[in-house]
Amino acid sequence: MSVDAHIRVTRGSFSLDVELQVADGEMLAVLGPNGSGKTTLLRTLSGLLAIDHGCISIDGKIVDNPATDTFVPPEERAVGVVFQDYLLFEHLSALDNVAFGLRERGAARSAARERARALLTEVGVDVHQAARPSELSGGQAQRVALARALAIQPTLLLLDEPLAALDVQTRVDTRRHLRAVLARFAGTRILVTHDPIDAFTLADRLLIVEQGRLVQQGRTDEVLNNPRTAYVAELAGVNLYRGRADGGEIHVGSEVIVAADAHAGEVIAIVPPHAVVLHRVRPEGSARNVWPGTIAGIERAGSRVRVRVAGTMSIIAEVTPAAIGALGLIEGSQVWAAVKATEVEVHPA
Amino acid sequence: MVVVGAVLAALFFVVPLVGLVWRAPWSSSWKVLSSAEARAALRLSLETSVAATALAVVFGVPLAWMQARVSYPGRSIVRAVTLLPMVLPPVVGGVALLLALGRNGLVGQYLDRVGVHLPFHVAGAVVAETFVSMPFLVLTVEAAFRSADQRFEDAARTLGATRFSVFRRVTLPMIRPSLIAGAVLCWARALGEFGATITFAGNSQGKTQTLPLFVYVTLEGANSDAAIVLSLVLVVVSLVVLVSVYRWLGTS
Repeated sequence: MSVDAHIRVTRGSFSLDVELQVADGEMLAVLGPNGSGKTTLLRTLSGLLAIDHGCISIDGKIVDNPATDTFVPPEERAVGVVFQDYLLFEHLSALDNVAFGLRERGAARSAARERARALLTEVGVDVHQAARPSELSGGQAQRVALARALAIQPTLLLLDEPLAALDVQTRVDTRRHLRAVLARFAGTRILVTHDPIDAFTLADRLLIVEQGRLVQQGRTDEVLNNPRTAYVAELAGVNLYRGRADGGEIHVGSEVIVAADAHAGEVIAIVPPHAVVLHRVRPEGSARNVWPGTIAGIERAGSRVRVRVAGTMSIIAEVTPAAIGALGLIEGSQVWAAVKATEVEVHPA
Repeated sequence: MVVVGAVLAALFFVVPLVGLVWRAPWSSSWKVLSSAEARAALRLSLETSVAATALAVVFGVPLAWMQARVSYPGRSIVRAVTLLPMVLPPVVGGVALLLALGRNGLVGQYLDRVGVHLPFHVAGAVVAETFVSMPFLVLTVEAAFRSADQRFEDAARTLGATRFSVFRRVTLPMIRPSLIAGAVLCWARALGEFGATITFAGNSQGKTQTLPLFVYVTLEGANSDAAIVLSLVLVVVSLVVLVSVYRWLGTS
């Protein structure tokens, strides 16, 4: 077991009380709403925050146990952290940011820089080594932060909302890239996020935290198929399909999803509910994906309405209340769900 | 109304300068500046003020860090006491230094025994200037430590940096602009120091007579022209440094 922890910590009126086990080389996603204690959890694992009760062991070594007065400070734990907003040092170049950890661990300047250069090349930041962090784009800064955390050869890598600071387009590219880099990293990875797509596409296992408590955990599909809280149900509202890609076509069971870009092999296709358009008759527009179905449920979600369509391709659509009225939709209505190929996000599985 | 007030306030600072320039004896100024006493005073002022600034940085930065980052009982009292020289009449500071560090003073008697003599020595002028000017540095740097984003320090810890290494390689570079601004303020204050210096270090020509002391003494005597010229020198030196440093801080 790479991480075996029982964490109890109180900060003001907030308390975090969770137990978690992560196997060697596993990729765990901790998912929860803002303020649920995800970042606090990472801080205890990295040693930036001491726990009040419980015990944390990493790689079989106890690093925090208040009962025995054991506490290993962060600089002595081999835990790499990619922080939210990346926290690159502005007074250092991208290269020296990556070399920082190696220098602190006793490497000579030239050796540290050489290794840092290799790491930057590995994560795909070739031309920007001399640049200051403020001169980097969001995607580049994310890669530099990742290289900086990997430079210390951590046995455990923690990622705190690694994609939250990026705009939507950059996020899709960076996620794909992050996935590739994380796949090459042999150690254990814990990803904290409030974005279910990050969790679904990057992690083997989900752990859901709400208000400092563990509410559900398990394999991604298990959690999604049996949501135990309103928050998890909300997450499960994302349309997620596992299938086999063959060029622009993704085969999901007997159905086919058409995506804009070509892929190959096992993939996860994600269709945001707001991208699903409902029609009473088969539409003849430009949408490449059109599936018939029966309305299995209509729920209000804020100012929008979520419509669950059951069929050979079950799908959730998010529409305005006005659309429900105009189309005269009720449970049991026959509808056609249409999705443009450009709205389908595809990730390697 | 506000603009009128602002203009009056600005004039309040400009007019005395104009007065100096207006009365400056330009023809005899070179003679004044080339006099041995004036040059000795100028050099002493520059040396002592730079030494005082160096001392203020070496001791003031740790103090500012502690005040900003360590919570301990009596912190606000320590803050009040360390900032007191900013509002205290400098003469009072000089008297206090004399009673503490003078020959028979609280600490001074022991310093005397090990051969350290501060009062009426150059070292005493440096101590007096440090006493009066260090609070300007501490105040500026403490605010910077307080507002610096500590998450960068967390990041450095996870990369293997010890607390001291974090301070040196992350925190100090982050507050560098404030440190420079604070050091410049501190230096400018030390350069102009009068009351504490004359009380604690005396007014011995060539030894502890700094430029402000020299200006005062010459103004009292027959040669008021020299006082005006040397006052202008102080004004120009201070102005050039202040303007260039704040410019540089503004652009970087």
